[in-house]
This record gives sequence, C-alpha cells and structure tokens, in this order.
Amino acid sequence: MADEKKKILLDPILNNNPIALQVLGICSALAVTTKLETSAVMCGAVLFVLVGSNVAISLIRNSIPPSVRIIVQLTVIASLVIVADQILKAFLYDTSKQLSVFVGLIITNCILMGRAEAYAMQNGVALSFFDAIGNAAGYSAILISTAFLRELFGSGKLFGMSVLPLQTEGGWYNPNGLMVLSPGAFFIIGTFIWLLREWKPEQMEEE
Amino acid sequence: MQRLNQPKYIILFSLAVCAVCAIFVSASAVGLASRQDANQLLDMQKNVLEAAGVKAPDQQMSRKEIAAAFENVRPVVIDTKTGEKVEGVDPETFDQQKVAKDPKTSHAVPSNPSLISRVPDRAKVYEVRDASGKLQMVVLPIEGYGLWGTLYGFLALDGDLNTIRGITYYKHKETPGLGGEVDNVRWKSLWDGRKAYGPSGEVEIQVIKGLAGPPGEAPYKVDGLAGATLTSRGVTNMLHFWLGEQGFGPYLDNLRGGEAHG
Repeated sequence: MADEKKKILLDPILNNNPIALQVLGICSALAVTTKLETSAVMCGAVLFVLVGSNVAISLIRNSIPPSVRIIVQLTVIASLVIVADQILKAFLYDTSKQLSVFVGLIITNCILMGRAEAYAMQNGVALSFFDAIGNAAGYSAILISTAFLRELFGSGKLFGMSVLPLQTEGGWYNPNGLMVLSPGAFFIIGTFIWLLREWKPEQMEEE
Repeated sequence: MQRLNQPKYIILFSLAVCAVCAIFVSASAVGLASRQDANQLLDMQKNVLEAAGVKAPDQQMSRKEIAAAFENVRPVVIDTKTGEKVEGVDPETFDQQKVAKDPKTSHAVPSNPSLISRVPDRAKVYEVRDASGKLQMVVLPIEGYGLWGTLYGFLALDGDLNTIRGITYYKHKETPGLGGEVDNVRWKSLWDGRKAYGPSGEVEIQVIKGLAGPPGEAPYKVDGLAGATLTSRGVTNMLHFWLGEQGFGPYLDNLRGGEAHG
C-alpha cells in the first residue's frame, strides 16, 4: 500500500507527466510562464482545485448517476476555480491581476477533468488525494522549469530579481525576445518532451 | 445500481450538487468581497501615486504608507463637457469604468486616432494640493488603443498644468518586451519635465521614433519604444485626445482660470 501511494505520487512527475506525456494543460503552460511568480501562483491554484475536485468527486463517486457524471465533475471543478480566483483576488491581488483570465481557464484545463474522470471516479478518497498531489506536482515541475528559463533568458530576472543585468538598464545582457512570447514556451516544452522521451523511450508514441 | 438511473434520482442529485456548489461559491465571494474592494482601491491609489511620482514603481509601500501618502490627494468628480466640478457625487464610490460604458452616462465623440468612441459625462480626476490649498499636481485617467487592445493609465501634470510629471499604465495587453515596455521604469522616467502644450496652446507632446534627448532640448518629445511603433503612436494619440477639447481640455481651462484669478 505504501509503495502504491508512492507510485501514485511520483509517477506523474517523470513517468506519466500530464504535460510532457499526456500533453494536457498546454495552454496555461504557455500563457503564465513568462515569470516565475505567476507560474508559482498558477501551480498553487491548480493544486488547490485538483486536490479539491479529486477528493470531492471521489467522496461522491458511488452516488453520481453515470448519465450526468461529466457535468457533475465540471460543476465541482468550476466552483473550486471560482473560489480559487476569489481567494487570489483577496490575498494576492497583484499576481491575480497578471494571471487575469488564466485562473478562470483552469476550468478548461484538461488535467482536472482527466483526473476526475479517469481516477477519482474509480478510486478511494486517499488514493485520489495522492493522485491529485502527484499530478499537480508533475504540472508544476514543467511550469516552474519553463518559467525559470523564460524569465531568466527573456527578462534576465528570477522571481523579479535582476540576475543578468540588461543592456537597456546599463548591464551586458541582451534579452532573448522569443522567450517572453508564447512560442518561446513551445520550444522549451517541446525540448523537455524530446529529452524525456530520449531518456525514457517507452514514452515514445508508436508509429 | 438501478437507483442511479432513475430520472427522479438524477434530478434530485443534480439539484443537490448545484445547491452545495452555489453555497460554497457565494460564501467565498461574499466573505472575501470587502478584502477585494480594499485591494482594488489600494491598487488604484498606488497607480495614482506612481503617476504623480510620489511612489517609485518598484517601491514597496504598506497599506498605511499609501493611505498616508494619499492624504494630500483629493479625488474630484468633474463634468467632462463643461470641465466643472460636480457636487453631490461621492468620488469614493464613483465608478468611471461603469459610467463610460453606459450610453445614458456617456456621450459619443467624433472619430479620432485613439479609437475612443464614447467619453463618460463625468470623470474622476485626482488633485494634489499642498497644505495651503495650492494645486501641485493633477492626475488624469487616460485610455486609448495601442496595438492589441486598450491601454488604461494615468497622466500627472504639474500645478502649471503644462509640465508632465509622470505617466503610468495599470492595464494593457501590449507585447511583453516591445509595447509592454510602457511599464519600463526607465522609459517612464523620461516623461518627467516634458511639456504637454506648445506656446499656442495646442497639444504638442509626442512619442517619436528613436531618442529624444533631455527635456531641456526636446520638451515635446519622448523616446519611442523600440520595435513598438503602434504602441508608441497609441500613447501619443491618447494624450492628444485626453489633453484636447474632447477630453480634459475644458477642465484644465477651468483650473487655469481659477488659479489665475486666485
């Protein structure tokens, strides 16, 4: 049992990463990763919603009528997203302003529905809880590392602190404009997926 | 599992889920509303203070410090057509975004390069006065089209109603690194000391292509944003609009008259 929990917790980070293997949740991974700060807050919001929805769905999984199960999952997820958005607006106002619609768009993040439908509907509360933590961690791992590279090479900063002094501010570093634009994230995430699949060839898709 | 397929059960179950979710969502919205409103107000005050140069853009200020710095700043609701102060409207609760959208409280303006179609009949501006009541600065809300969307910000004019003290944008969708550089602290610092109006009273200030030099040499010009011609032009257009007759021209004229006559 302990081994199973560990597997559920750690598998989504490298072996079954929601972004890298399942290629879910890409839109938010492109949109919020120009800065580490916004990415970290986004990961926190996804963690909150994912844990909440997995646990809630798992709790009522035996009472959900199969014919309306998707809409029930969506209602639960949407409510949690609104609550997460309200909390951010109340406590992290500046960051929530930068995240603008992307917190709301967690509703359409396929990881949430995917985990609810594929895991929480079939498994107990404790396992679903660990599954949520694991998947949120896998999502966060990609988001944070993408944001690290984008903020460092795109703006010469980490968490808003200047690391590579910019030429425009009297330093030597000429920032890479591609990094601050969405395609920059495409290249980075694409490279991650490529490296991961070279390392673990079993993740490659069959021709 | 027959029970799960009965229509009556499905409807009741759906209603129950909706009710629980609705309670959960409304509780969080209502419970956090006062905090959110306070944040919004604080954010607006921060932006006004930044435009006025009282607060540096990267300076962290606590709630108390902002409230203290805002002591000298008085929000005033004005009539945009006559430029006169409107009495009997509480500036604290006046919501400019709302009245600007409502056809009943706004008027259409002739087509202009800034793509502004309606101007609110009443607008909220901020007057900064010293202890004796002398006008030190006036902070005007500005908005206009850039490349991707509307930029919203504030422009601070000195007590002479001509010298620009600062400009800041609190909401825009311009490209990060290009037009998004309207947020750049260095670029914003270039505005201090430039003149808005030429000797004939026409709006002269403009964002040019390339470098403009210090305010003494180029009083009406500001460095362009590299690689962002349309955003730069958008900034010029919106300043011409809001400083002109359709914008805050009448209000500024009134202030000038008032100050001249003591």
